[in-house]
Parts: sequence; structure tokens; C-alpha cells
Amino acid sequence: MTVKTITMPQLGESVTEGTISQWLVQVGDVIEKYQPLVEVMTDKVNAEVPASFSGKITKLLVEEETTIDVGTPLCEIEVESMESTGSNHPEMEHNHEEISSTKEINTMKNRYSPAVLKLASEHQIDLDSVQGTGMGGRITRKDINNRINQTKQEQKPVTETPSSNTLTIERSTSILADKEIPVTGMRKAIATNMVKATSEIPHAWMMIEVDVTNLVRYRNEEKDQFKQSEGYNLSYFAFFLNAVAKALKKFPELNSSWANDKIIQHKDINLSIAVGNETELFVPVIRNVDEKSIKGIAKEIHVLAQKAKSGTLTHQDMAGGTFTVNNTGTFGSVQSMGVINYPQAAILQVESIVKRPVIIDDMFAARDMVNLCLSLDHRILDGVICGQFMSHVKAILENISGNTTPIY
Amino acid sequence: MPVVSYIEAIKTAMEEEMERDERVFILGEDVGKRGGVFRATEGLYERFGAKRVIDTPLAESAIAGVGIGAAMYGMIPIAEMQFADFILPAVNQIISEAAKIRYRSNNDWTCPITIRAPYGGGVHGALYHSQSIEAIFANQPGLKIVMPSSPRDAKGLLKAAIRDPDPVLYFEHKKAYRLLKEEIDNNEEVIEIGKANLLQEGADITVITYGLCVHYAKEAAKELAAEQGIEVNLLDLRTIYPLDQEAIINAVNKTGKVLLITEDNKEGSIISEVSAIIGEHCLFELDAPIKRLAGPNVPAMPYAPTLEKAFMVNQDQIKQAMLDLALF
Repeated sequence: MTVKTITMPQLGESVTEGTISQWLVQVGDVIEKYQPLVEVMTDKVNAEVPASFSGKITKLLVEEETTIDVGTPLCEIEVESMESTGSNHPEMEHNHEEISSTKEINTMKNRYSPAVLKLASEHQIDLDSVQGTGMGGRITRKDINNRINQTKQEQKPVTETPSSNTLTIERSTSILADKEIPVTGMRKAIATNMVKATSEIPHAWMMIEVDVTNLVRYRNEEKDQFKQSEGYNLSYFAFFLNAVAKALKKFPELNSSWANDKIIQHKDINLSIAVGNETELFVPVIRNVDEKSIKGIAKEIHVLAQKAKSGTLTHQDMAGGTFTVNNTGTFGSVQSMGVINYPQAAILQVESIVKRPVIIDDMFAARDMVNLCLSLDHRILDGVICGQFMSHVKAILENISGNTTPIY
Repeated sequence: MPVVSYIEAIKTAMEEEMERDERVFILGEDVGKRGGVFRATEGLYERFGAKRVIDTPLAESAIAGVGIGAAMYGMIPIAEMQFADFILPAVNQIISEAAKIRYRSNNDWTCPITIRAPYGGGVHGALYHSQSIEAIFANQPGLKIVMPSSPRDAKGLLKAAIRDPDPVLYFEHKKAYRLLKEEIDNNEEVIEIGKANLLQEGADITVITYGLCVHYAKEAAKELAAEQGIEVNLLDLRTIYPLDQEAIINAVNKTGKVLLITEDNKEGSIISEVSAIIGEHCLFELDAPIKRLAGPNVPAMPYAPTLEKAFMVNQDQIKQAMLDLALF
């Protein structure tokens, strides 16, 4: 019988700490290898930490809601098999020693060799986020190469959440009765991203009004049947995403991102959609929307919304977005100015559909109207191209019918 | 395949070349009847006769000078210096005549001489029988210097040296003579002069060396791989002048960490030049300072065994230097 320790793993590059949101096991539980032990929330994702070996939980070392560094021991497990301990134990101990010794004397942590600097700048790696394995915590060329390979394996997300500790928050003095909410995890990431987006991107705005009477009629005809056969709602949002994807195909300039010395125009149309719960905002991604039917899009919206509610969105779910569509209309909003999801080129806000009197052929008519609000990065885009894009979205939406936009 | 020692490989190379080409002959002190003080020419006098295996007076300048003259007249001499330490009286002949004759005569004359000399310490030879003198000749365009690290290389490089149309200095480590043995094909392998040899590939550190140090480095790398999992990229220079820049640059770029080893005194040694090449070409690939492991800047190899041991670069030192660099 040997007691082994499970430590907080590195959950994605640039992640240095995480908050224990919930323990999934208790002391005394007998667990299998790979069984989820604990839910951890980082500034990027919520993840489950699996057991590295089978055994019996003897001690939980961290309480829920505590934020801990990567490498901190999480729990202790009593392992039964002697063979596996024999082979694993020295290795584990060895790792521990390495970690603690590098922490004690990180004298070389900020001494970078020419090779490291070159690789880091070529691959845009934040050196603060790399754990050095060299002498005195020095980051070696091998460490950087490992990071690059690791990033490649993760299929290189287009949107990289900037490291959360770049922002220093000045604490204001508060009266005793006030409630202080620590800014951690997702909140911290949102804050950092918003500061970066609004301070760096020169935003410009545009709004158009779209007559979606046809869409409303079409969707109302189909929605009950759809719900019955598919089990989830046929949302308006699916149609909007479909229209945006078609328009992006025609105007790829908007499906791009800013990379300092160049603009990267993306081939895939991966739409980030904003979904939230009471406290948090997530931006999961629906991939290759232009290749999907209305049903396919509706299904993905449903799945991602469920995941967001239960807090089970993974890093993979949120990586690779090329353009964001935000369903602000849910709250009854009719106009808003969205903040661009850095480093994308633009964000489109779909406002709520309202019945309004509209003049058609000199006669008043009651029509279903919706406002679409576009925020654009003026470094990448100009008014003309965005105007054309918006007109195209409008044209698609106004001509929606069973013929132009089949659900299946 | 027969197992051949370093010195047998040298003898076989000369024997095969003398058989192949009648113009090839040997001259040097005690190379004839005695068969050489190290027995490098054993049996050749009996086989090829006194006209092709010539005993000379104790006058290195004459050995070199006679050889150079014969070479210019169309012969292919192999001149032996009994010890590399004794080559110094012949330096004027080698540098002023052999190295420059092609250039000076605008290609009319050539000097296809090979000068063999045993170098290196660790054999209780003290001052006059232990020196590494390659650096003296390593900035003389017109000369080529090869220093084999194994029996196979000893044979292939000596054949290449004999066939080369220009003067080649061939330095053989006397400690390697009977220390290094390996199986060699009976085929006529000729190893190209001017090309380094990547002995093993590894991702952690690059070691560049030549001569007997290659053997120590190989053994140290084997131990480190087994004990620590450290993979060494090991480059044997083979030809130390002119250097194979491309191979050096490639080997360094592979890992960014480089250890250079020579048995010679550190300052102004061959590895100093290697280090300069790396500095010129590899700055942005370097992940650690260039590390040199060499003999101390002391005038000569001491005779006292303890001091000789302290002077000589050995396998343990190499292993430690490799480990330090890998951990850097």
C-alpha cells in the first residue's frame, strides 16, 4: 500500500491556476484510473481532473472554491498494486523534487537564450506562461519546442485568451456592509479580454433594419412539428447564423482576424456564439456553419447552450471562432454596441424581433422587424464592405422561405 | 569481417596503397627494418624492399624536405614523423614549401605528400611524446589535416590522404593504436577528406570533437543515455582543417547546446575555430553558451601519472560536462 498524490494539472497553455468548483469524490471512495475526481474552473475552461491511478481516496487536500496553482497537490490516493507503485513512485518523487527546486531558485527564469527568444517571437509564445525545466528554472529551447508541438496538437485555437495576470486591479476601499466578490476565473478572463478589445481595437458601428415577416411566418409553421420530431426548439437564431454564414462566404473580408503585421482571412466559417448564465459568459463555437443545415445549426446551438448551463464547455468547444454572432434580442434589446471578440474582425448583434407599423406601397402594414447591429474593427474593415455585407444579410433574411432555406 | 586495431588499419591502408600504386613509398625514422617504433610499418620493408620503405637519418626537416621534393617529381611519399612532437624542425618545409607550392607555381607544381605523425598523451610519454600539435598547422591554406577517431576512419582517411593531390597531415593518436578495435570490411573504402561525420543523432546536446576524444565522448554519451535518457548529437570532425562548416552548423542547430572537446591546450585550439564558426552562424539557434572542454593552458603534458591524469581530458570529465550542458 502506497499513498500517492494527485496534483493540479496544466489545463491548457497559459493557464497557471484554477479554482476547485466541486469535488466529485469523497474520502473513502474507491476509484478507477481516469475516473473524474474534481471539477476545476480556470480562466479558460471548466474541466474535470481524472485520476492518474486506481485506489482509495484518503485525503482531499483542497477545499471547494479555493484557487490553486498548477502543480499543487489535490488529493491523496492509497494505491493497492505494488508493481505499479514500484515503477511509478520514484518518478513521481523525482517530479516533485524538480518542481519544488525550480520554485525555490528561479534565478534563471528570466534569462532567455537567443534560440528561445527567436522561437517565442516566431510562434507568439508568452514566455511568462512557460514552465522552464533548465537550470534555475531557465526556459530551454526544448521547453519552447514542446510548447509549440503541444499547441499544434491542440489544433491551434485562433482566439487565444490572453494571460489573465496581465491586468492589475486597484482595490477600492469598501464599506463593511458591501459584499466583495473576488475577480477570478471566468470573470477575470472576461475583464482582461474586454479591456484588450476595447483599448486596442478601433471600433466602428453600423445598424440595419430587416423585415423578417417571412421568416417569422415560416418558422411558426414549422416549429411545432420540428420540436416534436427533433426534441429541441427551432430557434430564430439558427436562421440568422445561416444567413450570416452565407454572407461571410461572399464577403470573406469580415471572416478574418488581426495579427499585428498582417490580416488573416479564414477559410473556415466558425461562428462564435455568446451564451451565458447568471454570472458568466461563454463564447462557444459552431464550426463550418456554411456547411450545415438549419437543423444542424439549431442542434448545435441547443447542445452548446446546455453545456454552458451545466458548465461543461471544454476548451475545444470554445476554440477556433472566426466571427461572432450575439443573440442580444433574447433580453428584448433593440439596439446595442457589441465589443469585438478579439482578435476577430467584427461581431453581429441580433436584436429582438418586434411587430411594427411599416409603410409598404404607401400603406401601413404590420411587419416583424429586427435590428442587426454590427461592430467592426476599423483596422481591418471599412464602411463600404460592411455595408455590402449587411445588405446581403438583409436580402437573405427577407427572402427566407421553405424554398430558399429548407430546414433539413 | 575481421576485427582490426587502429594501428593495423593504418598499416593495411599503406600496404594496399603501395600495392595499388608503385609511386607510393614510405620514409621515416626506423620505418624499415625495425617496422616503426610503434610497428605501424611492420612487414612492409620485407614485402616492398628498401627502395620503397626507406630508413632516414634523425632529421625531420630532411624527411619532410625529401618527401616534398619526391612528391613534386611525381612520387607519392608517406613520410612518418616518429612522434608529432618531433615535427617542429620540419615546420618550415611543410608550411613554406608543401603548403604553398601549388599556389606559388600557379598550379604548375603539386605536392601529393602524406605526413603521418602519432600525437596525444595518456601514455606516460611526458613532454616530447605527448603533444597535440595540430593547431600549429591549422591556419595554413594549402594544407589539409585529418585526425581519425576509429580503425575504420584510420584506414579510409589514410587512403584518401595518400590519393589526395595535395599535402595532407595525418595525425594518429598513439593511445588509440591498440585501444580501439573494430570490424572492418576488406573493401577499399576511401573516406572523403573535408567532411565531418555525424556519429549519432540526439536532441538534447551537440558534442563536436575529433581524434581519441571522439571515443571518450561516445562512451560518455552511451552512459548518459542509459542513466539519464540524455540524447547526444555527436559530430566527429574527421578533417580538422579545413573545417566542414556546414556539418558543424547543422549539428549545432539541431540542439542549440554545444560542447566542444579537444585534448590540446584550450586557447587557440581547433575548437576555438569551431566556436568562432558557431558564433558567426548559429547565434539565433543557441540555447546555451558554447562550452569548451580542453587541456589546461600548461606548457606540456606532465610525466607524473597524477598530473598527467589531471592534464588529459577524460571520459568522466566529458560526461560531467555533457550533463551540465543538458541540464542548463
